[in-house]
Amino acid sequence: MNAFIDFIMGPMVWIAFLIFILGLILKIVLIIKDVNARESYIYSYMTLKHSLRSIFAWLIPFFPQSTRQSPVFYSISYIFHLLLFIVPIFLTSHIVLVNEAFQVSWIALDDGLADILTVMVVLALVFFTIRRVMVPEVKYLTSTKDYILILIVALPFITGFLAYHQFFLYRPMVIAHVISGEIMLILIPFSRFSHMIVAPLTRAYMGSEFGNVRHAKDW
Amino acid sequence: MPNEIKTKDDSPVVKERKTDEAVEAGLARLTPERIKNTINQVLQKETGPRFKAYVETCMHCGLCAEACLYFLSNDRDPAFSPAGKVKQTIWEMLEKKGEVSIDFLRRAVHIAQTQCNVCKRCSMYCPFGIDIAYLMLLVRRICHKLEITPLYIQDTVNSHSATMNQMWVKEDEWIDTLQWQEEDAREEFENLRIPLDKEGADVMYSVIAPEPKFQAGLLYQAATIMHAAGINWTMPSSPGWDNSNMAMFTGDNEISGRIARTFYETAARLKVKRIVMGECGHAFRSTYDVGNRWIGWAMPPFEVVHALEFYHELLTSGRIKIAQKFKKTVTLHDPCNVSRGRGLHDMAREVTNMLCESFIEMTPNREHNFCCGAGGGVINCGPPYKGERMVNNRVKAEQLKATGAEVLIAPCHNCHSGLEDIVHHYDLNMEVKFLGDIIYETMEKKIYKPGE
Repeated sequence: MNAFIDFIMGPMVWIAFLIFILGLILKIVLIIKDVNARESYIYSYMTLKHSLRSIFAWLIPFFPQSTRQSPVFYSISYIFHLLLFIVPIFLTSHIVLVNEAFQVSWIALDDGLADILTVMVVLALVFFTIRRVMVPEVKYLTSTKDYILILIVALPFITGFLAYHQFFLYRPMVIAHVISGEIMLILIPFSRFSHMIVAPLTRAYMGSEFGNVRHAKDW
Repeated sequence: MPNEIKTKDDSPVVKERKTDEAVEAGLARLTPERIKNTINQVLQKETGPRFKAYVETCMHCGLCAEACLYFLSNDRDPAFSPAGKVKQTIWEMLEKKGEVSIDFLRRAVHIAQTQCNVCKRCSMYCPFGIDIAYLMLLVRRICHKLEITPLYIQDTVNSHSATMNQMWVKEDEWIDTLQWQEEDAREEFENLRIPLDKEGADVMYSVIAPEPKFQAGLLYQAATIMHAAGINWTMPSSPGWDNSNMAMFTGDNEISGRIARTFYETAARLKVKRIVMGECGHAFRSTYDVGNRWIGWAMPPFEVVHALEFYHELLTSGRIKIAQKFKKTVTLHDPCNVSRGRGLHDMAREVTNMLCESFIEMTPNREHNFCCGAGGGVINCGPPYKGERMVNNRVKAEQLKATGAEVLIAPCHNCHSGLEDIVHHYDLNMEVKFLGDIIYETMEKKIYKPGE
């Protein structure tokens, strides 16, 4: 058991990161290979200018007209997605671990602030869950898998929060935190979390069709 | 909804009535094996990474719902939301690996052919830019291959296939109609011609088959505008004169490609400099965006100019002068295929303002317009679906009513017909007009001479 835990807390972390990064790279490579083999015509329509134009238009909060029609959802969604990266990357305890391994470090979030931000991430996920239950057009599309995806994101944050505060079962909580984080990282390339890199591609294509062929805006 | 039943997972499913005889006859011919093979053939062999990305990336967020006139008009019934329609069609086909039932297919063809105008408004609401219209067109493609396309629209495709025009117009009837309009118009302009097959003309003017079939007055108007503007123009006498393309909307890509090819080849044979087309949206989509791709042209082999753009050119260059501006208050409907499909919406406003004294915007507008509810082949599915088509576009009626305008300009045939239905059904007391109608009414009836 101890050997297993050591593996989870040690090498598995690096394996998870490798799968996460290599998985995403592989995903992109496979998509491009598939496009070349079966849909290479889309290159006649894609332009860098219109791709970037569309991606950036959709990155600016409340710039696209439709985002202004759902202000609550988009406010929470923008903040959630930012915090999803900011909190783990700038957390003191994570930086300490990286520093121990590679002797590099960077600016850290104040622990109190990180605590609040973690709670915000979890609250955003609660909001997404409630929305799935309450809003008919979202409920209609929702299956168990969608709740599992929410849970997978929520667990590392919840367990991390509990471990930091050492409310109870400190050691098991840290282990749970590491495992759930690894699961999330590993699943990103192989689940709909891959929208992290696929969405810019679909956006770029639609942006090009609108900008290059249709001479119209897509936001 | 009285027909609503509940399934196991508690999601409401509208019980399908047997609306369409061709769909029913087609369904009766199907075997489970044929259904499975056809669905898998289309989804595996005729799609690519784009389809995969769309299906695998959708986060089921439901934001596309807000875009859809069907969803909004049906009191936010989730079954009418864009992703809701994908769930009821593509998702289940994928999940069951093509082993779907007859009842499922009856519902699927109903959704794909009559509850989506493939207007692509939802692509501007999906944060990922997923092309849901493309997914609906894939469902139509499957239905086409299963031979369960609705009767009326299939008949137009059959007409395309046999005659290269949409309305079974015979070649002599076509020529005869043009000559009849020419003769009538000569009472107004002494030497007016509708030049047939004039090689090397600057402009090939092309229309959709409903014009000679039952709106011949539009040919008259176009001829007077061309004549007054002093355009060196021609119309083809042979098949290829019709720029419409209903096969594009039934998933019959092969016929769709044949139509586009005949069209461009006609222009090539006449050695014209460019093609100008009447006020039609889907025909523009076919000749500018879709048909060309099927026959291997990234962009059309000819410059294809929509009427809107052409009018703009005639008015700004002074080839057509307006004697007196149109007095009644007007509002403007942006046809999806030339606004969201070609960005002509600002030009449409300039033309409207050059012609009319008082223009009231409807909202939303430009790229964000609501479709007329008739486009994408929906109106062409015919009378069996007309009642629901009216219910399905209540938002358009509300939008029109809010303008309080007397006249509704719809520079697209499908929109024009669809909006007339809406105006009557909801008792809006508006007159629906083409831009060409207003130009004809307001222009100086004299022939342009350079330098005057």
